[in-house]
Amino acid sequence: MKQKTQIHAEDGKQELLITREFDLPLELLFKAYEEPSIVEQWMGTKVLKLECHKHGSWQFATSDAQGKVVFRSNGVFHDFIPNQKITRTFEMENTPFDTQLEFLEFEKLTDNTSKLTMHIVYRSVELRDQMLKLPFAQGINMAHNRLQEVLSKK
Amino acid sequence: MNLRRDVFQAIADPTRRAILLLLASQAMTAGAIAANFDTARPTVSKHLQILTECELLGQQQTGREIYYHLNIEKMKEIADFIEPFRKMWDDRFNHLEAIMKNYQSQK
Repeated sequence: MKQKTQIHAEDGKQELLITREFDLPLELLFKAYEEPSIVEQWMGTKVLKLECHKHGSWQFATSDAQGKVVFRSNGVFHDFIPNQKITRTFEMENTPFDTQLEFLEFEKLTDNTSKLTMHIVYRSVELRDQMLKLPFAQGINMAHNRLQEVLSKK
Repeated sequence: MNLRRDVFQAIADPTRRAILLLLASQAMTAGAIAANFDTARPTVSKHLQILTECELLGQQQTGREIYYHLNIEKMKEIADFIEPFRKMWDDRFNHLEAIMKNYQSQK
């Protein structure tokens, strides 16, 4: 079966491509990127700012269960064309990771399906590879923590 | 910084990748592995040490000889390293899809 979300990361390149097909009309898919209250729901983050127009800026903050802000990100829209395209920068605050450039393209497939193509460009090949490994490393840590939990209960 | 060796750093080196490839078909001694390379024996030993520290290689003593073999489980981790990243985005987009379907039916 073809996976709905695909990642294309060529060796030695400082970019990657994320594609996803949605069982949603194009307009609804785009709305999920435009409406702050909806962005908050699916991203699981608080929207501090979302100026959906060329040269507008955005800022999100993610909190833990106790309400403490653990992660903040921000950027600027270089282009914001409804139902077509978003070009933006993305920066994680207080991390050593450099800003990345993101090109989001929204396409209509049928009346009820649509496709999103996210092209992300990083400052270097090393940074891209580091970002790709981030969830992998976290996964290993989580597995490790779980193992410790299980072991400590014995 | 984590002082433990990074497996990705380990496989970034072409000689080390060649060693892994060589060991894919059979377990070999350090001498037999070194015979496949023009590099000095101590250099190959160093590579074997790094790969062993990363748990990509295991050692087994047979008589007086030590044979190196691939640690398949660890190799699998590397092959799948992109999967958690894909899964993260897939979960996120599934969430988006569910929320928008709900939004659509409410209208």
